[in-house]
Amino acid sequence: MSLTEAPPAPPAEPREPVLRKPSARKRLVPYWLLLPGILWLVVFFALPLVYQASTSVQTGSLEQGFEVTWHFQTYVDALREYYPQFIRSLLYAGTATILCLLLGYPLAYLIAFKAGRWRNLVLVLVIAPFFTSFLIRTLAWKTILADGGAVVDVLNTLHVLDVTSWLGWTESNRVLATPMAVVCGLTYNFLPFMILPLYTSLERIDGRLHEAAGDLYATPATTFRKVTFPLSMPGVVSGTLLTFIPASGDYVNAELLGSTDTKMVGSVIQSQFLRVLDYPTAAALSFILMAIVLLAVTFYIRRSGTEDLV
Amino acid sequence: MPVLRWIRRNLVVIAGLLTLAYMIVPNIVVMVFSFNKPNGRFNYAWQRFSLDAWKDPCGVADLCGSLSLSLQIAFWATLGATALGTMIAFALVRYRFRARGAINSLIFLPMAMPEVVMAASLLTLFLNMGAQLGFWTVLIAHIMFCLSFVVTAVKARVMSMDPRLEEAARDLYAGPVQTFVRVTLPIAAPGIAAGALLAFALSFDDFIITNFNAGSTVTFPMFVWGSAQRGTPVQINVIGTAMFIMAISVVLVGQVIAARRKNNARP
Repeated sequence: MSLTEAPPAPPAEPREPVLRKPSARKRLVPYWLLLPGILWLVVFFALPLVYQASTSVQTGSLEQGFEVTWHFQTYVDALREYYPQFIRSLLYAGTATILCLLLGYPLAYLIAFKAGRWRNLVLVLVIAPFFTSFLIRTLAWKTILADGGAVVDVLNTLHVLDVTSWLGWTESNRVLATPMAVVCGLTYNFLPFMILPLYTSLERIDGRLHEAAGDLYATPATTFRKVTFPLSMPGVVSGTLLTFIPASGDYVNAELLGSTDTKMVGSVIQSQFLRVLDYPTAAALSFILMAIVLLAVTFYIRRSGTEDLV
Repeated sequence: MPVLRWIRRNLVVIAGLLTLAYMIVPNIVVMVFSFNKPNGRFNYAWQRFSLDAWKDPCGVADLCGSLSLSLQIAFWATLGATALGTMIAFALVRYRFRARGAINSLIFLPMAMPEVVMAASLLTLFLNMGAQLGFWTVLIAHIMFCLSFVVTAVKARVMSMDPRLEEAARDLYAGPVQTFVRVTLPIAAPGIAAGALLAFALSFDDFIITNFNAGSTVTFPMFVWGSAQRGTPVQINVIGTAMFIMAISVVLVGQVIAARRKNNARP
């Protein structure tokens, strides 16, 4: 936060008492500016969470109505029944995040340091896919990974699928409807969210630091390890968060590219809410997801030591 | 081996370009398959070249209706979120007041929460209020989740603004309204535009929150979702391609204008 950069407040001049009144009114200006937007967030973001908390401890049915009974057993039952989906969500989202970092870093580095006059074009190519609906693009992966398609053929010829099948990521001869397809889709969908923060933090690095490292006989690898990467940490942290959080709640990739064995917790919440109409269980599930994500995020931010990031 | 050495020296570039390819390939597939004439309902395997879908993009029932609905929602959501978000951003950057920290976290939280959670909790609110799900609930939801992104984008710009420019305007006897319209707003405009563009893209593309709060209203992403089960019409690829090309052209034109302006300003 650039609190320190903020202009110092002009010294108040209470010489003429007449001037005091407008300045008192002026003090209310920020509140008037904030009021509509904050009210919107309180009513449509914070209040719903309270409603959901109360729903999660209700019992009843749609026909007879729901009542708050402080029935915490719902949480235990929900967790006991759906823990595989929770574990899967965290596993898939975590893997996708790591892949995004590994794939995204070179591209962000390329844009920041190597692209030269092509920089804007590459940036456009990174952002432009955003404008084709992500559902359409995810469906395109169905074509790319289709059984007997080129990708599967190549992976088969290289015996990659033998290894991944042995690991349980794919089934022999097919990628679609396996964990690998879901992780591939998640990685693809959230890559821009990793690349853009990485790029922003890399771009801020003074190129002369690289020269200085070179002058001090650091090899390129050492320069990267000791200078570039530490300085890009803010980007790494915010990129990871921007990838992991939405990926852990996503169900689109699991539904379109996966099978019933790859269902993530988002699917469960969605079907409990919209199809089964078991609101307490659905609310409990989404609260557990929120708690897990917030805990993971807090822990991660503490560990990476960049609390003033956001 | 000179080839190996070349590969080693350019490893970063090669890896980066491979990632770029990974990101672009689905768009190319969407484009190619917009010229397909599928055999049956599913447009997943190449059959033969045809311009049918391009000649008749609205030929599928409800497709263009859902598209126009999504555009309307995105327009109003952008307007609402940009107005509210810009006000918040100015308040946060330009004024010191109590509860600033709390408000900062209230802005941050919607971005740090899985979309399903927000979607589901908003639905419980609407159900409890007995609200009729449809256009208005979707619009409310979209303004809500776009707001934080607009605030972040505008804040970044306002923070880097020099407040002395506004002081100078006041010294030259510009009134507060005049100062705002003639000085503050033009300087903040790129940030506001970035926020608005982001809000539009987010709203237009949103599926999860819309799916929960739309009732029986069908936006474009929901149409695509539904068609994935029933069989995707080629027209969806046409619209995806058109959107992609339009976005690239808009950005490129913007780049060209910006570059020209820079060149003009230099001498």
